[in-house]
Amino acid sequence: MTNPSLEAVNLSKVYGSFTALANLNLKIEGAKCVGFLGPNGAGKTTTLKIFTDLIRASSGEALINGINVHTHKKAALASVGTVIETPEIYPSLTPREALGMVAELRGVPHAERRKRIEDVVTEVQMLDWIDKRVGKFSKGMKQRIDVASALLNDPRIVLLDEPTTGLDPRGMSEVRGIVKSLKNKDRLIFMSSHILSEVSDVCDEVAMIDHGKLLVYDTLHNVTAKFAGGENIVDVGLTRPLQAGVIDGSVAKLPGVASVEKLDDKRLRIHCSGGLDVQEKILTELVGINIGVVSFTPTSSALEESYLNLIKDTL
Amino acid sequence: MRAMAQSSTPGNKVPNSMSQVRITVRYTFLDYFRSRRFAILLGIMLLISAILTIVVAHYRPASFLGSPLAFYSGWWGMSATFVVVLSGIFFGGDAISGEFQNKTGYFTLPNPIRRSSVYIGKWLSAFIASTIILFIFTAITVANETYYFGLNIPWQFGESFLFAWFYLIAVLGFTFFFSSVFKSTSYSILVTAILFLFAFTLIETLVAALAQIEPWFILTYGSEIIGNVLTSPYPAHITKISGAFGRGGAAAPTFTSFNVTVPEGLAIIAGYFIVTAVLGLVLFERKEFN
Repeated sequence: MTNPSLEAVNLSKVYGSFTALANLNLKIEGAKCVGFLGPNGAGKTTTLKIFTDLIRASSGEALINGINVHTHKKAALASVGTVIETPEIYPSLTPREALGMVAELRGVPHAERRKRIEDVVTEVQMLDWIDKRVGKFSKGMKQRIDVASALLNDPRIVLLDEPTTGLDPRGMSEVRGIVKSLKNKDRLIFMSSHILSEVSDVCDEVAMIDHGKLLVYDTLHNVTAKFAGGENIVDVGLTRPLQAGVIDGSVAKLPGVASVEKLDDKRLRIHCSGGLDVQEKILTELVGINIGVVSFTPTSSALEESYLNLIKDTL
Repeated sequence: MRAMAQSSTPGNKVPNSMSQVRITVRYTFLDYFRSRRFAILLGIMLLISAILTIVVAHYRPASFLGSPLAFYSGWWGMSATFVVVLSGIFFGGDAISGEFQNKTGYFTLPNPIRRSSVYIGKWLSAFIASTIILFIFTAITVANETYYFGLNIPWQFGESFLFAWFYLIAVLGFTFFFSSVFKSTSYSILVTAILFLFAFTLIETLVAALAQIEPWFILTYGSEIIGNVLTSPYPAHITKISGAFGRGGAAAPTFTSFNVTVPEGLAIIAGYFIVTAVLGLVLFERKEFN
């Protein structure tokens, strides 16, 4: 099976005098999760809509697995799951019926359909509502069903446009969990979001766009290393309060550590230079000095700093 | 176009477009029943039938009860086009615009399905639902006629029923076209209703009476074959009526009235359907979800 891929080739979209996308060139290939970041009006949703043929490009091509979405929509979207904006479901239908329609349109075999629908509805925690009419659902509940519909045919590529919008914190966490589980199933996930912590949490790579132009596309670590003053930030949780002098005497002197902040008695924030390899060494060393490390979490601060640096530069 | 690889998920085979049309028909139909859209129109049609039944039974108008043909001319000729237009507005008025305004298109269209399959599927659902309504209205009409005359259906009624069915096809083509023009459901429903219930008739009258031109370009003019075929003999194509007096010794004014012929009516209906179906489909294919 070939690697799933998405490719924008000189993709442009112009509305009168407003250029929503300007010669976007972006190729994403392989099983990974890519965060698509940019301010409002940057062109994120426009890009995703072109990739689902909801709008047409003014010029250029959107290719899914090498197939032009506009000219060969059925073949291109055959194994793609999408949530673009917050799709509304026919209010008189139940999730079982609405998802049944999507499953039939996508060719989920009849014998598997019922189980598949129940599986995805269970995955988004909506099984109790599977036979209730969608018209009575809240926005968050509809969004869960939309996410379920994207997963119905076990797609190789998933396109998500701000998938946690409208969800409560629990729903957001569940959707993140779903995205993470998709990563483990060899899927290519392309996800736009305004929530940088979300992107940091689930994405391997980021593409940043502003004024319709691609600013950067690289791994999360390379982007943060390059655009956040060369530093990544890691929050370290401890089981016991730090003894006096440990920070300056031991932690700050570890290789790769640029500076250390004490957030409280049991939490440290370490600014480090370098990517995953450096972080791995720091973690090993921290465990070695026996200060009770229980968590080691790269924060979104570095991504936020990168984002602000990049977006600021384009103003 | 880059390399054309088949990319469907293993085990899944995306159905062909005809199958996807059938799937769309089935679920749109389910939506009609669940949303009570079908039930409401059925209720309106039953109310019209009940009023006609009571009025005819109570007043026993001579124009209705002279002969079976006169009965059908009075009952069916007066109301069949109205039932058809109501069906068109109910099932077609927001069929496409609703996909944009209600954002249901975001759920359906980013799937491996052609927009034309969605359009045709929705059109067929509206056609089937409207046909059921028309059949029920026909059954009520025949039942009433049978009560007064026994089961004695003139062949002209069969013809009229077929014309009404063809007219339904054209009306749905037209309403779907207007539904594709607008992104707002209320605009598309309102414009369609105004055109069919007032504007077309008004234009037809003005064109015929003032400009003395046959209004062959108006759909409702073509639909007059539904009632005309129930008149025996079939009305003359062109009738000129001279006024009795001219002012100040001037020549008396002449009024011309037009009655559409059957071939002409069928051509108008077919022309409207073909043009609006093609335009509606092209518009829907090109319209963007902004």
